[in-house]
Amino acid sequence: MHNKTIAEISRDLASGEYSSTELTTDLLNRVKQLDGDINSFITVTDEQALAQAKAADERRAAGNADAWTGVPIAHKDIFCTNGVLTTCGSKMLSNFEAPYDATVVSKFNDAGAVSLGKLNMDEFAMGSSNESSFFGPVANPWDKERVPGGSSGGSAAAVAARLVPGATATDTGGSIRQPAALCGVTGLKPTYGRISRWGMIAYASSLDQAGTITRTAEDAALMMNVMAGFDPKDSTSVDREVPDYTSSLDNSIEGMTIGLPKEYFRDDLSADMQQQVRNAIAEYEKMGAKVKEISLPNTHLAIPAYYVIAPSECSANLSRMDGVRFGYRCEDPKDVEDLYCRSRGEGFGNEVKRRIMIGSYALSAGFYDAYYKKAQQVRRLIRNDFTNAFNDVDVIMGPVTPTPAFKRGEKTSDPVEMYLEDIFTIALNLAGLPGMSVPCGQVNNLPVGLQLIGNFFDEGRLLNAAHKFQQATDWHLKTPADI
Amino acid sequence: MALEQDQVRKIASLARLQLDENQIADYQTNLSNILDLVDQLSAVDTSGIEPMAHPLDAVQRLRADVVTEENQREHFQKIAPAVDQGHYLVPRVVE
Repeated sequence: MHNKTIAEISRDLASGEYSSTELTTDLLNRVKQLDGDINSFITVTDEQALAQAKAADERRAAGNADAWTGVPIAHKDIFCTNGVLTTCGSKMLSNFEAPYDATVVSKFNDAGAVSLGKLNMDEFAMGSSNESSFFGPVANPWDKERVPGGSSGGSAAAVAARLVPGATATDTGGSIRQPAALCGVTGLKPTYGRISRWGMIAYASSLDQAGTITRTAEDAALMMNVMAGFDPKDSTSVDREVPDYTSSLDNSIEGMTIGLPKEYFRDDLSADMQQQVRNAIAEYEKMGAKVKEISLPNTHLAIPAYYVIAPSECSANLSRMDGVRFGYRCEDPKDVEDLYCRSRGEGFGNEVKRRIMIGSYALSAGFYDAYYKKAQQVRRLIRNDFTNAFNDVDVIMGPVTPTPAFKRGEKTSDPVEMYLEDIFTIALNLAGLPGMSVPCGQVNNLPVGLQLIGNFFDEGRLLNAAHKFQQATDWHLKTPADI
Repeated sequence: MALEQDQVRKIASLARLQLDENQIADYQTNLSNILDLVDQLSAVDTSGIEPMAHPLDAVQRLRADVVTEENQREHFQKIAPAVDQGHYLVPRVVE
Protein backbone atom coordinates (compact mmCIF):
# COMPACT_ATOMS: atom_id res chain seq x y z
CA MET A 1 0.00 0.00 0.00
CA HIS A 2 2.83 2.40 0.87
CA ASN A 3 4.09 2.46 -2.73
CA LYS A 4 0.84 3.92 -4.03
CA THR A 5 0.59 7.47 -5.31
CA ILE A 6 -2.11 9.87 -4.20
CA ALA A 7 -3.97 9.32 -7.49
CA GLU A 8 -3.84 5.53 -6.98
CA ILE A 9 -4.91 5.77 -3.34
CA SER A 10 -7.84 7.97 -4.32
CA ARG A 11 -8.98 5.34 -6.83
CA ASP A 12 -8.35 2.40 -4.47
CA LEU A 13 -10.32 4.01 -1.65
CA ALA A 14 -13.17 4.65 -4.06
CA SER A 15 -13.22 1.06 -5.29
CA GLY A 16 -12.95 -0.34 -1.76
CA GLU A 17 -9.53 -1.98 -2.33
CA TYR A 18 -8.69 -0.94 1.24
CA SER A 19 -10.04 1.56 3.74
CA SER A 20 -8.45 4.81 4.88
CA THR A 21 -8.12 3.26 8.34
CA GLU A 22 -6.16 0.30 6.94
CA LEU A 23 -3.90 2.55 4.89
CA THR A 24 -3.35 5.04 7.72
CA THR A 25 -2.53 2.22 10.16
CA ASP A 26 -0.06 0.76 7.66
CA LEU A 27 1.71 4.09 7.11
CA LEU A 28 1.84 4.89 10.84
CA ASN A 29 3.49 1.49 11.39
CA ARG A 30 6.03 2.28 8.68
CA VAL A 31 6.81 5.58 10.36
CA LYS A 32 7.43 3.69 13.63
CA GLN A 33 9.66 1.12 11.91
CA LEU A 34 11.66 3.34 9.58
CA ASP A 35 11.67 6.91 10.82
CA GLY A 36 13.98 6.28 13.77
CA ASP A 37 16.87 6.33 11.28
CA ILE A 38 15.46 9.01 9.00
CA ASN A 39 13.99 11.48 11.52
CA SER A 40 11.62 13.03 8.98
CA PHE A 41 8.80 13.54 11.50
CA ILE A 42 8.95 15.91 14.46
CA THR A 43 5.44 15.00 15.63
CA VAL A 44 3.36 11.97 14.66
CA THR A 45 -0.34 12.58 15.32
CA ASP A 46 -1.44 8.92 15.50
CA GLU A 47 -4.70 9.45 17.32
CA GLN A 48 -5.93 12.37 15.24
CA ALA A 49 -4.88 10.57 12.05
CA LEU A 50 -6.83 7.45 12.94
CA ALA A 51 -9.84 9.55 13.97
CA GLN A 52 -9.70 11.42 10.63
CA ALA A 53 -9.37 8.09 8.77
CA LYS A 54 -12.36 6.63 10.61
CA ALA A 55 -14.45 9.72 9.87
CA ALA A 56 -13.39 9.49 6.19
CA ASP A 57 -14.40 5.82 6.00
CA GLU A 58 -17.77 6.69 7.54
CA ARG A 59 -18.33 9.48 5.02
CA ARG A 60 -17.50 7.07 2.24
CA ALA A 61 -19.90 4.46 3.62
CA ALA A 62 -22.59 7.14 3.64
CA GLY A 63 -21.87 7.93 -0.01
CA ASN A 64 -20.33 11.36 0.61
CA ALA A 65 -16.74 10.78 -0.49
CA ASP A 66 -14.64 13.04 -2.74
CA ALA A 67 -11.24 12.59 -4.38
CA TRP A 68 -9.38 13.47 -1.18
CA THR A 69 -11.56 11.67 1.36
CA GLY A 70 -9.25 9.56 3.54
CA VAL A 71 -6.02 10.25 1.59
CA PRO A 72 -3.01 10.58 3.95
CA ILE A 73 -0.51 13.43 3.80
CA ALA A 74 1.76 15.21 6.28
CA HIS A 75 2.57 18.87 6.83
CA LYS A 76 5.89 20.63 7.07
CA ASP A 77 6.17 21.85 10.65
CA ILE A 78 6.03 25.46 9.47
CA PHE A 79 2.24 25.27 9.03
CA CYS A 80 0.20 26.05 12.15
CA THR A 81 -2.00 23.16 13.26
CA ASN A 82 -4.62 23.90 15.89
CA GLY A 83 -3.74 22.27 19.23
CA VAL A 84 -0.83 20.36 17.68
CA LEU A 85 2.84 21.16 18.29
CA THR A 86 4.13 23.54 15.57
CA THR A 87 7.87 24.00 16.06
CA CYS A 88 9.28 25.38 12.81
CA GLY A 89 12.31 23.22 13.67
CA SER A 90 13.26 25.56 16.53
CA LYS A 91 13.80 25.38 20.27
CA MET A 92 12.03 28.77 20.29
CA LEU A 93 8.74 27.06 19.36
CA SER A 94 9.49 23.65 20.89
CA ASN A 95 6.47 24.09 23.22
CA PHE A 96 4.20 25.96 20.78
CA GLU A 97 0.83 24.37 20.18
CA ALA A 98 -0.66 26.64 17.53
CA PRO A 99 -4.03 28.13 18.50
CA TYR A 100 -5.38 27.93 14.92
CA ASP A 101 -4.98 26.10 11.61
CA ALA A 102 -3.08 27.56 8.65
CA THR A 103 -5.29 28.07 5.58
CA VAL A 104 -3.40 25.26 3.80
CA VAL A 105 -4.08 22.91 6.73
CA SER A 106 -7.78 23.88 6.86
CA LYS A 107 -8.11 23.24 3.14
CA PHE A 108 -6.76 19.69 3.45
CA ASN A 109 -8.93 19.06 6.52
CA ASP A 110 -11.98 20.35 4.66
CA ALA A 111 -11.12 18.14 1.67
CA GLY A 112 -11.18 15.13 4.00
CA ALA A 113 -7.45 14.32 3.93
CA VAL A 114 -5.77 12.54 6.84
CA SER A 115 -2.70 14.20 8.37
CA LEU A 116 -0.09 11.83 9.80
CA GLY A 117 1.81 14.61 11.54
CA LYS A 118 4.41 17.34 11.24
CA LEU A 119 7.63 17.08 9.27
CA ASN A 120 11.16 18.07 10.16
CA MET A 121 12.80 21.12 8.58
CA ASP A 122 15.71 23.52 8.94
CA GLU A 123 15.11 25.94 11.78
CA PHE A 124 12.65 28.62 10.58
CA ALA A 125 13.26 27.30 7.03
CA MET A 126 16.81 28.66 7.03
CA GLY A 127 19.09 26.05 5.56
CA SER A 128 19.77 23.76 2.62
CA SER A 129 20.62 20.51 4.43
CA ASN A 130 18.13 20.11 7.29
CA GLU A 131 21.09 20.20 9.69
CA SER A 132 19.92 23.36 11.47
CA SER A 133 16.81 21.70 12.97
CA PHE A 134 16.63 21.74 16.77
CA PHE A 135 15.09 18.26 16.44
CA GLY A 136 18.16 16.78 14.79
CA PRO A 137 19.19 16.29 11.18
CA VAL A 138 17.13 14.28 8.68
CA ALA A 139 18.84 11.42 6.83
CA ASN A 140 18.54 11.09 3.06
CA PRO A 141 16.79 7.72 2.46
CA TRP A 142 19.14 7.08 -0.51
CA ASP A 143 22.22 7.25 1.72
CA LYS A 144 21.70 7.91 5.39
CA GLU A 145 25.13 9.55 5.77
CA ARG A 146 23.93 12.24 3.41
CA VAL A 147 21.62 15.22 3.80
CA PRO A 148 18.12 15.29 2.29
CA GLY A 149 18.48 18.97 1.39
CA GLY A 150 16.51 21.73 3.02
CA SER A 151 14.69 23.43 4.31
CA SER A 152 11.82 21.00 3.51
CA GLY A 153 14.12 18.02 4.18
CA GLY A 154 11.57 16.14 6.29
CA SER A 155 8.89 16.49 3.58
CA ALA A 156 11.23 15.19 0.85
CA ALA A 157 12.70 12.35 2.95
CA ALA A 158 9.27 11.17 4.15
CA VAL A 159 7.94 10.98 0.58
CA ALA A 160 11.16 9.33 -0.70
CA ALA A 161 10.97 6.73 2.11
CA ARG A 162 7.34 6.00 1.22
CA LEU A 163 6.16 7.02 4.67
CA VAL A 164 3.53 9.29 3.15
CA PRO A 165 2.49 9.78 -0.49
CA GLY A 166 2.56 13.59 -0.38
CA ALA A 167 3.62 16.41 1.87
CA THR A 168 3.19 20.14 2.10
CA ALA A 169 6.39 22.19 1.97
CA THR A 170 7.56 25.77 1.52
CA ASP A 171 10.15 27.39 -0.73
CA THR A 172 11.83 30.74 -0.01
CA GLY A 173 15.08 30.19 -1.93
CA GLY A 174 14.87 26.59 -3.12
CA SER A 175 13.50 24.83 -0.04
CA ILE A 176 11.09 22.63 -2.03
CA ARG A 177 13.04 22.05 -5.25
CA GLN A 178 16.47 21.35 -3.74
CA PRO A 179 15.36 18.65 -1.23
CA ALA A 180 13.05 17.14 -3.88
CA ALA A 181 16.07 16.87 -6.21
CA LEU A 182 18.36 15.37 -3.56
CA CYS A 183 15.72 12.81 -2.49
CA GLY A 184 14.51 11.82 -5.97
CA VAL A 185 10.95 13.10 -5.60
CA THR A 186 8.80 15.72 -7.35
CA GLY A 187 8.62 19.24 -5.93
CA LEU A 188 6.47 22.19 -7.00
CA LYS A 189 6.99 25.79 -5.90
CA PRO A 190 4.04 27.81 -7.25
CA THR A 191 3.89 31.47 -8.25
CA TYR A 192 4.23 33.91 -5.36
CA GLY A 193 0.69 34.61 -4.09
CA ARG A 194 -0.89 31.47 -5.59
CA ILE A 195 -1.28 29.74 -2.18
CA SER A 196 -2.17 31.44 1.07
CA ARG A 197 0.67 32.14 3.49
CA TRP A 198 -1.77 32.60 6.39
CA GLY A 199 -0.66 30.43 9.31
CA MET A 200 2.60 29.58 7.58
CA ILE A 201 5.30 30.83 9.94
CA ALA A 202 6.96 33.73 8.12
CA TYR A 203 10.64 33.76 7.21
CA ALA A 204 10.94 36.21 4.29
CA SER A 205 7.42 37.33 3.45
CA SER A 206 8.07 38.65 -0.07
CA LEU A 207 9.63 35.30 -1.08
CA ASP A 208 7.92 32.57 1.00
CA GLN A 209 5.55 30.32 -0.92
CA ALA A 210 3.86 27.03 -0.02
CA GLY A 211 3.97 24.09 -2.39
CA THR A 212 4.09 20.34 -2.67
CA ILE A 213 6.40 17.35 -2.48
CA THR A 214 5.03 14.18 -4.06
CA ARG A 215 6.21 11.20 -6.09
CA THR A 216 4.55 12.33 -9.34
CA ALA A 217 3.48 15.48 -11.16
CA GLU A 218 -0.06 14.12 -11.24
CA ASP A 219 -0.08 14.05 -7.42
CA ALA A 220 1.31 17.58 -7.30
CA ALA A 221 -1.63 18.65 -9.50
CA LEU A 222 -4.06 16.96 -7.11
CA MET A 223 -2.51 18.75 -4.11
CA MET A 224 -2.53 22.07 -5.98
CA ASN A 225 -6.25 21.65 -6.61
CA VAL A 226 -6.70 21.71 -2.83
CA MET A 227 -4.12 24.34 -1.88
CA ALA A 228 -4.27 27.06 -4.56
CA GLY A 229 -6.56 30.05 -4.35
CA PHE A 230 -7.21 33.50 -2.98
CA ASP A 231 -7.31 34.03 0.77
CA PRO A 232 -8.46 37.38 2.16
CA LYS A 233 -6.43 36.64 5.31
CA ASP A 234 -3.15 36.85 3.34
CA SER A 235 -2.63 40.38 2.04
CA THR A 236 -0.25 39.16 -0.67
CA SER A 237 -2.52 36.37 -1.88
CA VAL A 238 -3.55 36.83 -5.51
CA ASP A 239 -7.23 36.90 -6.46
CA ARG A 240 -7.20 34.93 -9.65
CA GLU A 241 -9.11 31.93 -10.95
CA VAL A 242 -7.70 28.49 -10.08
CA PRO A 243 -7.73 25.99 -12.96
CA ASP A 244 -8.17 22.24 -12.48
CA TYR A 245 -4.48 21.38 -12.60
CA THR A 246 -5.17 17.77 -13.59
CA SER A 247 -7.03 18.82 -16.76
CA SER A 248 -3.90 19.89 -18.66
CA LEU A 249 -1.57 17.06 -17.56
CA ASP A 250 -1.93 15.09 -20.78
CA ASN A 251 -1.67 17.99 -23.24
CA SER A 252 0.80 17.44 -26.05
CA ILE A 253 4.11 19.24 -25.71
CA GLU A 254 4.78 19.11 -29.42
CA GLY A 255 6.17 22.50 -30.40
CA MET A 256 6.80 23.65 -26.82
CA THR A 257 9.92 25.84 -26.67
CA ILE A 258 12.38 25.10 -23.88
CA GLY A 259 14.90 27.77 -22.91
CA LEU A 260 18.28 26.63 -21.59
CA PRO A 261 20.02 29.46 -19.72
CA LYS A 262 23.70 29.34 -20.58
CA GLU A 263 24.49 30.61 -17.06
CA TYR A 264 23.08 27.34 -15.63
CA PHE A 265 25.46 25.09 -17.57
CA ARG A 266 28.86 26.46 -16.62
CA ASP A 267 31.85 24.94 -14.81
CA ASP A 268 30.17 24.97 -11.41
CA LEU A 269 27.97 22.16 -12.72
CA SER A 270 29.94 18.91 -12.94
CA ALA A 271 30.08 16.97 -16.20
CA ASP A 272 28.09 14.11 -14.61
CA MET A 273 25.29 16.43 -13.56
CA GLN A 274 25.28 18.21 -16.95
CA GLN A 275 24.91 14.86 -18.67
CA GLN A 276 21.83 13.86 -16.67
CA VAL A 277 20.13 17.20 -17.30
CA ARG A 278 21.00 17.14 -21.01
CA ASN A 279 19.65 13.59 -21.31
CA ALA A 280 16.36 14.84 -19.90
CA ILE A 281 16.26 17.73 -22.38
CA ALA A 282 16.91 15.21 -25.19
CA GLU A 283 13.89 13.26 -23.96
CA TYR A 284 11.78 16.40 -24.42
CA GLU A 285 13.15 16.88 -27.93
CA LYS A 286 12.04 13.32 -28.73
CA MET A 287 8.55 14.36 -27.64
CA GLY A 288 8.60 17.24 -30.10
CA ALA A 289 9.80 20.14 -27.96
CA LYS A 290 12.19 22.71 -29.38
CA VAL A 291 15.27 23.88 -27.51
CA LYS A 292 16.71 27.37 -27.53
CA GLU A 293 19.72 28.74 -25.67
CA ILE A 294 18.88 31.83 -23.63
CA SER A 295 20.71 34.13 -21.25
CA LEU A 296 19.75 35.23 -17.75
CA PRO A 297 22.66 37.68 -17.37
CA ASN A 298 22.02 38.67 -13.74
CA THR A 299 22.00 35.09 -12.40
CA HIS A 300 25.22 35.64 -10.43
CA LEU A 301 23.53 38.44 -8.45
CA ALA A 302 20.67 36.31 -7.16
CA ILE A 303 22.47 34.91 -4.10
CA PRO A 304 23.88 38.30 -3.01
CA ALA A 305 20.46 39.98 -3.43
CA TYR A 306 18.74 37.15 -1.59
CA TYR A 307 21.12 37.39 1.38
CA VAL A 308 20.09 41.00 1.88
CA ILE A 309 16.35 40.67 1.28
CA ALA A 310 15.67 37.40 3.13
CA PRO A 311 17.67 38.28 6.29
CA SER A 312 16.16 41.78 6.38
CA GLU A 313 12.64 40.40 6.24
CA CYS A 314 13.47 37.63 8.72
CA SER A 315 14.92 40.08 11.23
CA ALA A 316 11.55 41.87 11.22
CA ASN A 317 9.39 38.71 11.16
CA LEU A 318 11.27 36.95 13.94
CA SER A 319 11.05 39.92 16.27
CA ARG A 320 7.70 38.48 17.37
CA MET A 321 9.59 35.65 19.06
CA ASP A 322 10.30 37.55 22.27
CA GLY A 323 9.39 35.16 25.09
CA VAL A 324 6.28 37.13 26.07
CA ARG A 325 3.17 35.75 24.37
CA PHE A 326 4.16 32.27 23.23
CA GLY A 327 7.14 30.01 22.74
CA TYR A 328 10.35 29.66 24.71
CA ARG A 329 11.12 31.90 27.69
CA CYS A 330 14.46 31.94 29.53
CA GLU A 331 14.67 31.08 33.26
CA ASP A 332 14.52 33.91 35.83
CA PRO A 333 14.87 37.00 33.63
CA LYS A 334 16.17 39.89 35.70
CA ASP A 335 14.42 42.56 33.61
CA VAL A 336 12.54 42.89 30.32
CA GLU A 337 15.71 43.46 28.31
CA ASP A 338 17.21 40.29 29.77
CA LEU A 339 13.96 38.43 29.02
CA TYR A 340 14.14 39.38 25.33
CA CYS A 341 17.88 38.89 24.86
CA ARG A 342 18.24 35.58 26.66
CA SER A 343 14.97 34.06 25.39
CA ARG A 344 16.09 34.84 21.84
CA GLY A 345 19.76 34.02 22.44
CA GLU A 346 18.88 30.62 23.94
CA GLY A 347 15.85 29.90 21.73
CA PHE A 348 17.38 30.51 18.28
CA GLY A 349 20.14 28.41 16.70
CA ASN A 350 23.28 29.84 15.09
CA GLU A 351 22.07 30.10 11.49
CA VAL A 352 18.90 31.92 12.53
CA LYS A 353 20.92 34.31 14.68
CA ARG A 354 23.32 34.98 11.80
CA ARG A 355 20.47 35.87 9.45
CA ILE A 356 18.70 38.05 12.01
CA MET A 357 21.97 39.91 12.58
CA ILE A 358 22.68 40.39 8.86
CA GLY A 359 19.15 41.74 8.48
CA SER A 360 19.42 44.02 11.50
CA TYR A 361 22.69 45.36 10.11
CA ALA A 362 21.34 45.87 6.57
CA LEU A 363 18.30 47.73 7.88
CA SER A 364 20.13 49.82 10.47
CA ALA A 365 20.30 53.60 10.14
CA GLY A 366 22.44 54.76 7.23
CA PHE A 367 22.72 51.38 5.51
CA TYR A 368 19.21 50.98 4.08
CA ASP A 369 19.97 52.41 0.61
CA ALA A 370 23.26 50.55 0.22
CA TYR A 371 21.77 47.18 1.11
CA TYR A 372 17.99 46.74 1.07
CA LYS A 373 17.11 49.28 -1.61
CA LYS A 374 20.01 48.14 -3.78
CA ALA A 375 18.97 44.49 -3.41
CA GLN A 376 15.37 45.34 -4.35
CA GLN A 377 16.63 47.11 -7.48
CA VAL A 378 18.77 44.12 -8.43
CA ARG A 379 15.73 41.96 -7.79
CA ARG A 380 13.90 43.81 -10.55
CA LEU A 381 16.84 43.24 -12.93
CA ILE A 382 16.63 39.52 -12.15
CA ARG A 383 12.90 39.43 -12.78
CA ASN A 384 13.36 41.35 -16.04
CA ASP A 385 15.82 38.66 -17.20
CA PHE A 386 13.05 36.09 -16.86
CA THR A 387 10.36 38.33 -18.36
CA ASN A 388 12.55 38.87 -21.43
CA ALA A 389 13.30 35.16 -21.71
CA PHE A 390 9.61 34.24 -21.60
CA ASN A 391 9.02 36.38 -24.69
CA ASP A 392 10.82 33.64 -26.62
CA VAL A 393 10.30 30.41 -24.70
CA ASP A 394 7.47 28.56 -22.93
CA VAL A 395 9.46 26.87 -20.18
CA ILE A 396 13.01 27.27 -18.88
CA MET A 397 14.93 24.15 -17.90
CA GLY A 398 18.19 23.45 -16.13
CA PRO A 399 19.70 21.73 -13.11
CA VAL A 400 18.26 22.16 -9.59
CA THR A 401 21.53 21.70 -7.69
CA PRO A 402 25.25 21.81 -8.55
CA THR A 403 25.83 18.33 -7.04
CA PRO A 404 23.82 15.35 -5.76
CA ALA A 405 23.23 14.98 -1.99
CA PHE A 406 26.34 15.83 0.04
CA LYS A 407 27.44 14.30 3.34
CA ARG A 408 26.27 15.59 6.70
CA GLY A 409 28.78 18.05 8.14
CA GLU A 410 30.38 18.70 4.74
CA LYS A 411 29.15 22.29 4.42
CA THR A 412 28.36 23.34 7.98
CA SER A 413 31.60 25.15 8.79
CA ASP A 414 31.16 27.96 6.25
CA PRO A 415 27.63 29.36 5.83
CA VAL A 416 28.51 30.93 2.47
CA GLU A 417 29.39 27.52 1.02
CA MET A 418 25.96 26.26 2.08
CA TYR A 419 24.32 29.33 0.49
CA LEU A 420 25.89 28.52 -2.89
CA GLU A 421 23.94 25.24 -2.88
CA ASP A 422 20.90 27.32 -3.96
CA ILE A 423 22.64 28.96 -6.92
CA PHE A 424 20.14 27.61 -9.50
CA THR A 425 16.97 27.90 -7.42
CA ILE A 426 17.09 31.27 -5.67
CA ALA A 427 16.57 33.63 -8.65
CA LEU A 428 13.13 32.22 -9.24
CA ASN A 429 11.97 33.20 -5.72
CA LEU A 430 13.24 36.73 -6.24
CA ALA A 431 11.28 36.89 -9.50
CA GLY A 432 8.19 35.26 -7.91
CA LEU A 433 7.94 32.60 -10.63
CA PRO A 434 6.79 28.97 -10.32
CA GLY A 435 9.27 26.11 -10.58
CA MET A 436 9.50 22.37 -10.27
CA SER A 437 12.07 19.70 -9.57
CA VAL A 438 11.57 16.38 -11.31
CA PRO A 439 13.78 13.28 -10.90
CA CYS A 440 15.77 12.94 -14.15
CA GLY A 441 18.73 10.65 -13.50
CA GLN A 442 21.35 9.48 -11.03
CA VAL A 443 24.98 10.21 -10.30
CA ASN A 444 26.79 7.69 -8.04
CA ASN A 445 23.42 6.08 -7.25
CA LEU A 446 22.09 9.40 -5.95
CA PRO A 447 19.11 11.17 -7.54
CA VAL A 448 19.47 14.21 -9.78
CA GLY A 449 16.70 16.73 -10.39
CA LEU A 450 15.65 18.60 -13.52
CA GLN A 451 14.39 22.11 -12.86
CA LEU A 452 11.42 23.46 -14.80
CA ILE A 453 10.71 27.18 -14.54
CA GLY A 454 7.45 28.64 -15.79
CA ASN A 455 5.99 32.06 -16.40
CA PHE A 456 3.72 33.63 -13.75
CA PHE A 457 0.72 31.38 -12.95
CA ASP A 458 1.85 28.81 -15.51
CA GLU A 459 1.84 25.92 -13.00
CA GLY A 460 -0.48 23.99 -15.31
CA ARG A 461 2.10 23.98 -18.09
CA LEU A 462 4.90 22.96 -15.71
CA LEU A 463 2.81 20.07 -14.37
CA ASN A 464 1.96 19.08 -17.93
CA ALA A 465 5.65 19.06 -18.96
CA ALA A 466 6.65 17.14 -15.81
CA HIS A 467 3.84 14.62 -16.25
CA LYS A 468 4.78 13.93 -19.87
CA PHE A 469 8.39 13.37 -18.82
CA GLN A 470 7.25 10.93 -16.13
CA GLN A 471 5.17 9.04 -18.68
CA ALA A 472 8.26 8.64 -20.85
CA THR A 473 10.82 7.86 -18.12
CA ASP A 474 10.89 5.96 -14.84
CA TRP A 475 13.28 8.03 -12.69
CA HIS A 476 10.40 9.07 -10.43
CA LEU A 477 9.63 5.38 -9.74
CA LYS A 478 13.12 4.56 -8.44
CA THR A 479 13.14 3.76 -4.75
CA PRO A 480 16.00 3.89 -2.23
CA ALA A 481 17.59 0.45 -1.69
CA ASP A 482 16.44 -0.47 1.82
CA ILE A 483 13.03 1.21 1.64
CA MET B 1 33.54 43.76 4.40
CA ALA B 2 35.17 42.84 7.71
CA LEU B 3 33.24 43.58 10.89
CA GLU B 4 34.95 44.40 14.19
CA GLN B 5 34.03 42.34 17.25
CA ASP B 6 32.43 45.40 18.83
CA GLN B 7 30.22 45.80 15.77
CA VAL B 8 29.10 42.19 16.19
CA ARG B 9 28.18 42.93 19.83
CA LYS B 10 26.35 46.10 18.75
CA ILE B 11 24.31 44.28 16.07
CA ALA B 12 23.46 41.46 18.51
CA SER B 13 22.26 44.03 21.00
CA LEU B 14 20.14 45.83 18.36
CA ALA B 15 18.60 42.45 17.45
CA ARG B 16 18.05 41.59 21.14
CA LEU B 17 20.17 38.45 20.91
CA GLN B 18 22.43 37.42 23.74
CA LEU B 19 25.56 35.78 22.31
CA ASP B 20 28.11 33.77 24.26
CA GLU B 21 31.31 35.81 24.44
CA ASN B 22 33.30 32.80 23.18
CA GLN B 23 31.18 32.71 19.99
CA ILE B 24 31.81 36.34 19.00
CA ALA B 25 34.88 35.47 16.91
CA ASP B 26 32.92 32.87 14.92
CA TYR B 27 30.10 35.31 14.27
CA GLN B 28 32.65 37.94 13.27
CA THR B 29 34.13 35.62 10.63
CA ASN B 30 30.84 34.26 9.32
CA LEU B 31 29.00 37.59 9.20
CA SER B 32 31.99 39.23 7.48
CA ASN B 33 32.01 36.47 4.85
CA ILE B 34 28.28 36.94 4.24
CA LEU B 35 28.75 40.70 3.86
CA ASP B 36 31.58 40.03 1.37
CA LEU B 37 29.17 37.90 -0.64
CA VAL B 38 26.53 40.61 -0.52
CA ASP B 39 28.98 43.36 -1.48
CA GLN B 40 28.94 42.10 -5.09
CA LEU B 41 25.76 44.17 -5.37
CA SER B 42 27.62 47.45 -4.95
CA ALA B 43 29.30 46.98 -8.36
CA VAL B 44 25.96 46.89 -10.19
CA ASP B 45 24.66 50.02 -11.89
CA THR B 46 21.07 50.35 -10.70
CA SER B 47 20.48 54.00 -11.50
CA GLY B 48 16.90 54.57 -12.57
CA ILE B 49 15.78 51.07 -11.52
CA GLU B 50 12.69 51.07 -9.37
CA PRO B 51 13.09 48.82 -6.27
CA MET B 52 10.84 45.75 -6.55
CA ALA B 53 8.84 45.03 -3.40
CA HIS B 54 6.39 42.54 -4.87
CA PRO B 55 6.98 40.20 -7.81
CA LEU B 56 3.66 41.17 -9.40
CA ASP B 57 3.99 44.81 -8.35
CA ALA B 58 0.79 44.37 -6.38
CA VAL B 59 -0.35 47.10 -4.03
CA GLN B 60 -1.78 46.72 -0.56
CA ARG B 61 -5.35 45.51 -0.70
CA LEU B 62 -7.89 47.48 1.33
CA ARG B 63 -11.00 46.16 3.04
CA ALA B 64 -13.97 47.66 4.80
CA ASP B 65 -13.15 48.80 8.34
CA VAL B 66 -15.37 46.32 10.13
CA VAL B 67 -14.68 43.87 12.93
CA THR B 68 -14.13 40.38 11.52
CA GLU B 69 -12.34 38.64 14.38
CA GLU B 70 -13.82 37.55 17.67
CA ASN B 71 -11.98 38.14 20.91
CA GLN B 72 -10.12 34.92 21.79
CA ARG B 73 -7.93 36.21 24.59
CA GLU B 74 -8.25 33.19 26.85
CA HIS B 75 -7.63 30.79 23.98
CA PHE B 76 -4.49 32.65 22.92
CA GLN B 77 -3.20 33.12 26.48
CA LYS B 78 -3.28 29.39 27.16
CA ILE B 79 0.05 29.07 25.34
CA ALA B 80 1.74 32.08 26.97
CA PRO B 81 4.71 31.55 29.31
CA ALA B 82 3.15 33.65 32.13
CA VAL B 83 -0.24 35.37 32.41
CA ASP B 84 -2.32 36.85 35.21
CA GLN B 85 -5.92 38.08 35.02
CA GLY B 86 -5.80 38.42 31.25
CA HIS B 87 -2.41 40.14 31.16
CA TYR B 88 0.93 38.86 29.89
CA LEU B 89 3.48 38.91 32.70
CA VAL B 90 7.01 40.25 32.23
CA PRO B 91 9.59 41.37 34.82
CA ARG B 92 8.82 44.74 36.44
CA VAL B 93 9.34 47.61 33.97
CA VAL B 94 8.43 50.64 36.12
CA GLU B 95 9.96 50.89 39.61
